[in-house]
Amino acid sequence: MHHFIDRRPNPAGKSLGNRQRFLRRARHHIKDIVDKSVRERSVSGRNSRELAQGERVTIPVKGIKEPRLVHSNQGGMRQRVFPGNKEFVVGDSFPRPKSGQGGGGKKASEDGEGEDGFSFSLTREEYLEMLFEGLELPDLVKKNLIETKTISYRRAGITTAGTPSNLNLLRTMRNSLGRRIALQRPSLSKFNALKARIEELEALEAPCDDEFAELEELRQQLGRLERKRKVVGFIDPVDLRFDTHLPEIVLNSKAVVFCLMDVSGSMQEREKDLAKRFFILLNLFLERCYEHTEIVFVCHTQHAREVDEDTFFYSRETGGTVVSSALTEMLKIIKDRYPTDEWNIYGAQASDGENFGNDSEKCQQLLQHQLLPLCQYYAYVEILSESDEVLMNDPEQGADLWQACLRVKKRWPSFEMQRVCSPADIYPVFRALFAPRTAAAVAP
Amino acid sequence: MSGAAQPGTGAGTGTGTAQPLFDGPDWTFELLSEVHDAIQEIALEDLGLNVYPNQIEIISAEQMLDAYSCVGMPLMYQHWSFGKQFVRDEHNYRKGLTGLAYEIVVNSNPCISYNMEENTMALQTLVMAHAAFGHNHFFKNNYLFRNWTDASGINDYLAFAKNFIACCEERYGVDQVEVILDAAHALQDHGVFRYGRPPKPTEVELKAMQRQREGYESQQSILDLWADQVLGGDETEADEGEVGKNRRQSALNLPQENILYFLEKHSPVLEPWQREVIRIVRYLAQYLYPQKQTKVMNEGCATFVHYYIINKLHDRGLVTPGAFLEMVHSHTNVILQPGFDDPRFSGLNPYALGFEMMQDICRICVDPTEEDREWFPDIAGCKDWRRVLRDAWANYRDESFILQFLSPALIRKLRLFVITDVAEHPNLVVSQIHDPRGYRDVRRILARSYDLAYLEPDIQVVDADLRGDRELKLRHTVHDGIVLDEKNCEEVLRYLKALWGYEVSLTGVDRDLDEVIYSATTRDQN
Repeated sequence: MHHFIDRRPNPAGKSLGNRQRFLRRARHHIKDIVDKSVRERSVSGRNSRELAQGERVTIPVKGIKEPRLVHSNQGGMRQRVFPGNKEFVVGDSFPRPKSGQGGGGKKASEDGEGEDGFSFSLTREEYLEMLFEGLELPDLVKKNLIETKTISYRRAGITTAGTPSNLNLLRTMRNSLGRRIALQRPSLSKFNALKARIEELEALEAPCDDEFAELEELRQQLGRLERKRKVVGFIDPVDLRFDTHLPEIVLNSKAVVFCLMDVSGSMQEREKDLAKRFFILLNLFLERCYEHTEIVFVCHTQHAREVDEDTFFYSRETGGTVVSSALTEMLKIIKDRYPTDEWNIYGAQASDGENFGNDSEKCQQLLQHQLLPLCQYYAYVEILSESDEVLMNDPEQGADLWQACLRVKKRWPSFEMQRVCSPADIYPVFRALFAPRTAAAVAP
Repeated sequence: MSGAAQPGTGAGTGTGTAQPLFDGPDWTFELLSEVHDAIQEIALEDLGLNVYPNQIEIISAEQMLDAYSCVGMPLMYQHWSFGKQFVRDEHNYRKGLTGLAYEIVVNSNPCISYNMEENTMALQTLVMAHAAFGHNHFFKNNYLFRNWTDASGINDYLAFAKNFIACCEERYGVDQVEVILDAAHALQDHGVFRYGRPPKPTEVELKAMQRQREGYESQQSILDLWADQVLGGDETEADEGEVGKNRRQSALNLPQENILYFLEKHSPVLEPWQREVIRIVRYLAQYLYPQKQTKVMNEGCATFVHYYIINKLHDRGLVTPGAFLEMVHSHTNVILQPGFDDPRFSGLNPYALGFEMMQDICRICVDPTEEDREWFPDIAGCKDWRRVLRDAWANYRDESFILQFLSPALIRKLRLFVITDVAEHPNLVVSQIHDPRGYRDVRRILARSYDLAYLEPDIQVVDADLRGDRELKLRHTVHDGIVLDEKNCEEVLRYLKALWGYEVSLTGVDRDLDEVIYSATTRDQN
């Protein structure tokens, strides 16, 4: 009387409910960690790929503790039995070990729940959800992305024929070794030893009969070995293995994100932090849509230049503010490195809204006539100082640059602009910027 | 390899076919079934085991992680603490810090065991012998499980519990349910009856039940009730002092060690659904309580059974030498007992201790020494070790099993010794070792270290004046001067207050001196 049941096809994720309840419970702590991790995280490169894998978090045990009425591990009289006595006799005594009671090898916090913290992994989705304060990351622009087709080569196993440049050395040598062992190819050392012995015998002035016979015998052996080494080659055509690659059409291949930021004195830590969050979101978002994304950082004061990420976020420069210089630089980089038929180009600009003199007019011209025709999408984020919060509710009001952008926006649906004042604004702004639009609205 | 078909080296010659049942690592359901039958034959005919029908389920690693987090139950209500367990196990497993168990077995009828899909055929054989027969027999025959758990009803009860809690969450909100569950979980170790069945209803309760049955026949009886409750009758004066305390105690069935039971029955603030939630937690705690008391015996029984069965299978030529070696390899890993100074040491391994003791019982039955005859006159040399073991599996728990059967020979073999740690002294002292003067003490102290009544703090509800300040008074009987962990205690009392609705206090009273050592209260904490 028995039966077997195959439970493997059952739906997975039986613990999902429990997991969600746990995350909900620990939300407060996890949120802190996630927020912190964003601040410390770099926008591009290794770290952001790590983020895509999910995130290891360690949260303080406080708040997720499950208290029980248990004995204290100090004080009182205790007796404990241990195995493996070696030299103790009754009456032996020794000082109490520092950690734990009872003198054994008992480890503190066996269950991984020490005082320090509780570690576990968040999935990417959970991480993003935490990052965006529980809002869903909408699946927005994906449909609007214009797919470029390119051909790439995909590995397609091993063949026995091919060009020498594709020779797979490892496989080939493995085959060769196996064949040589199987066919008992004489080794070089054996061959040399024989030769040496022959030479030794030949060097004798007056060999006796025995030695002469041995020499004869050895010569014959040498001949056989030589023949065998020739017949069983070191590498035989049957050993050869080649890598093969098949051409494949790849869609959605490449995207480049231009992060433009004003780094003049008016952009303080707070403004940069807000801008950074925006850039991270944008990059994360685009990474989901494209196989390959690159990021170009352009910072500007009255001059613009391309910099690496560290400089972008942490350098302090002084100078005036000429926004058009960044746009010109961006144009130049596109022309140099990112041909538009291969790359999907995205622009994201963060600024505190200040601009020099009548430069805003120039910006408008640049955007309208040169940049926007090249870009899939261009987002402008204006970071307000805390005192200007009122402007949040009044999109018509604003300084020169904002006005200029408003004019651009009327003409180009692929241009979006928003204002941000606090970290909590970032996600809603991001969503507003990437609100779904119809494919027809995208500029060609 | 199979070569010369050995005509069975052991006793099983008659029934054995010399053809191995399987050859190679991969398992199929047909193969599993055949092996199960071969194991069953040995288990039932040779060892004389008595088991529930088996239901063996093959699960994946992920499902094993799920099962881990639900305390090994096939169904469980949802709570964040299970999620916490899950994320931790998952993290450790994915990072390669821990492996997963080969199987999990549930005390139910039919007996459900979960086997991992990635086990090889040899491991599946081992696991079936271990779980589907060893544990299964123990569950069905041990007196604790027979008396305290209802194997055939547990699955239905779990389904009910899961649904009930899900309904409550829907109706009252996840937070409301979570508050009650958190508090009940904190007290679940004190939600079991250790020594007897639930107390009989008191006279008052009997009357109340009577009235309920009669369906509040007359308006008068409701009026009586109302009057009693609001006006408090005329006994208020008598409630002062010792007399009043005695009256209260008998009315509430005090003292009461099962705190959850007490809250469920007598808490002045809980809604009916909240009482039911507490009851669910209490019921499951009680269901799992026998397992906590029989770790050594349960694992020892299963390990002994699998070891005997794989040897028999091998003797009969039913498994290849390769498969046998693989099984023996796993077996030795399971019963590894590192010494106290080994970095791998983390206490006595229940598998090792149980297995060694049962092997030792066989030895005493079959081939006793003079010493054994002196220590175990009733079983030494009786030859019928199967009966002795079955009797032990049925009628003992860890504590009594060790107290009864741990032999001097085994104490010497494991080289057991006792370290005494008295807080006032700076040094630890080796108080007993494996010599004739120490055997009895080593055995007694080891047995006591498996006695839950000693390991878990002895805390009882002693008083609650429902007509006065309604403070719930608990008493912790302190043994050997070991008090409660302060932080934990504070937090649990806060939970307790949430369930009771009024202040809660706890006093620790030394068992021998009968004087108050410490006290804790929820008063003045805000």
